[in-house]
Amino acid sequence: MPEILQIKDLRTYFRSEDTIVKAVDGISYGIEQGETLAIVGESGCGKSVSALSILGLIPAPPGWIESGEIIFEGRDLLRLSDSEIRKVRGGSIGMVFQEPMSSLNPVMSIERQMTEGVRLHLGYTKGQARTRAIEMLEMVGIPDPETQLGRHPHHFSGGMRQRVMIAMALSCGPKLIIADEPTTALDVTVQAQILDLMKQLCQENDVALMIITHNLGVVARYADRINIMYAGRIIEQGTAREIYRNPSHPYSLGLLRSVPRLDGVRSEKLEPIEGQPPDLGDLPSGCHFNPRCRFALDRCTTEYPSIVDLNDSHKSACWVAEDIAAGVTN
Amino acid sequence: MLGRGRYSGWSDELTQVTANPNPSTSSGGDKDTLVDVQDLKTHFSVGSGLRFWSTPDYVKAVDGVSFEIKRGETLGLVGESGCGKTTLGRTLLRLLESTSGDVYYDGLNVTTASKSELRDFRRKAQIIFQDPYGSLDPRQKVGDIVGEPLLVHNLTKTKAEYRSRVSELFALVGMNPSHMTRYPHEFSGGQRQRIGIARALAVTPEFIVCDEPVSALDVSIQAQIINLLETLQEELNLTYLFVAHDLSVVRHISDRIAVMYLGHVVEVATPEVLYENPSHPYTRALLSAVPLPDPDLEATRERIPLIGDVPSPLNPPPGCVFNTRCPIATDDCSKIIPELKQTHADRSVACIHAEGYGSY
Repeated sequence: MPEILQIKDLRTYFRSEDTIVKAVDGISYGIEQGETLAIVGESGCGKSVSALSILGLIPAPPGWIESGEIIFEGRDLLRLSDSEIRKVRGGSIGMVFQEPMSSLNPVMSIERQMTEGVRLHLGYTKGQARTRAIEMLEMVGIPDPETQLGRHPHHFSGGMRQRVMIAMALSCGPKLIIADEPTTALDVTVQAQILDLMKQLCQENDVALMIITHNLGVVARYADRINIMYAGRIIEQGTAREIYRNPSHPYSLGLLRSVPRLDGVRSEKLEPIEGQPPDLGDLPSGCHFNPRCRFALDRCTTEYPSIVDLNDSHKSACWVAEDIAAGVTN
Repeated sequence: MLGRGRYSGWSDELTQVTANPNPSTSSGGDKDTLVDVQDLKTHFSVGSGLRFWSTPDYVKAVDGVSFEIKRGETLGLVGESGCGKTTLGRTLLRLLESTSGDVYYDGLNVTTASKSELRDFRRKAQIIFQDPYGSLDPRQKVGDIVGEPLLVHNLTKTKAEYRSRVSELFALVGMNPSHMTRYPHEFSGGQRQRIGIARALAVTPEFIVCDEPVSALDVSIQAQIINLLETLQEELNLTYLFVAHDLSVVRHISDRIAVMYLGHVVEVATPEVLYENPSHPYTRALLSAVPLPDPDLEATRERIPLIGDVPSPLNPPPGCVFNTRCPIATDDCSKIIPELKQTHADRSVACIHAEGYGSY
């Protein structure tokens, strides 16, 4: 499958008082047509900023894109004018955000919010747009869509609002949907429904899906490939199976081991990752993870590890990646 | 806080009427029951607003719940948002007034306790809150936050004793005592949660309600706090009510688990029994929705989908509250309110179709 989006050495920085916060510091990855890619990391690791950079939504000031390329459909999104990027945003790249309440306009009817996109991007008339909106609401499983169109967001539950968001994201026929923590605000039963729905609709329409999440557990069922981020960089990339079965970075290993599993043996103690995530304005020298790493060597405190290819599809930025992958360090 | 303002607790009057006049003799249960909850209801009045002539509606946040917590155990309380688990935790500590029913704590009827009895009770029962950002006063130094309960309850006699006790508490939760003079904003979420735990421990309580203590924290920090709570329980012989929506965490930490749905406890069982063989259809659906971090297992795993949304607690369905979404509901389910009944040695269920439930 061809890659529809390629990110090359993207760096997005923010100015905070007198320090420069390197929220995204040199990440490169691609998304293939129709695949589901998960970007996993804890708060402050730069996962959301990397998504906002793709869409040209970095608030400037205080933020700016220091360097890099974002190639989508043959064009570098970072070089587009405001009006050109506006055609991409919501058009060929759809978005689903975490808080369905704050990302829908509370004083606009669902109809106006749903038709705005197709009228703007696809030039539909009011009538065509309405038909399209009804069709989309039906597709995401909202009963009685014609009546629902006249309603406002507060009439809907969290799960229903997120369905409306998904319908909006898909209505312009995008090639890629970026979902930033799409289910974090939802209950576990609703979370499962929404993720199932997103995955199914993206597969049917051959749309690539980028799911950004802090919870590695959530995406096992859905992701084809996973990027794990820590302190502004990608520290491990691989297929879902490789990441879960054979984590090759101490941080990924720690993330998997620190969470109790529903199907696991009930052990006495969890194995937490000690310490705190670093301050992005004052990163430790060498590998950013070294102060919290169980396997840290002297070298880790001075040199940032280069990314190692473990095989064609699995990469890890760790000096001892091969040992960890082989389980030697246990 | 729910007890004030728009959602006013309307309960005092009713509580007085239904309260047992002789609480100390009626607590029931065996000796090691620390908390005994009997048919507890907490309702909130809403929406009467300016319509003086209309009767207010009631949100039945907790609607007839009975269970026990044994001394030294951790009872996990799980359920989705709006099921009443937080309200229940707060009603146990009488941070919210109950509408009817009783909570016995070591023989004391908390729902009718006098002011001085409550004061004593608060030395024994404490709470840890979900949001480590909202639950610490940003203008108070963290040392003062942790030390305030000591002053309120007159637990230390001299300044030196006070200071050494506060630094002892800091050390107990894995914080550096030299950070006492800092303010909450100087700490990360995990550290703030440790401060909240130290504050709860200041009065050397026996019982702590942990209200979603890790859900606001990053994944890598959650395990630190869970391990800390477990260590403290062993060292200080604490009893926990652990309220959470994350079933994997609850399974890890609990000795017994109560599952709540729309104000009712639908199943209580040990983690092994509950997770191996859930009996209530809601528990089954809930467990099937929890993601496993394993793509191969997930690929073959069956989900039990729940249709529709949780009904409004303003107007819960008649009969079993789960009947509108239940895959195995029959006509009887909308007529009979199932009681929580013990069906096996370590399981109680409130479902007329549950194995071993018997006649209804």
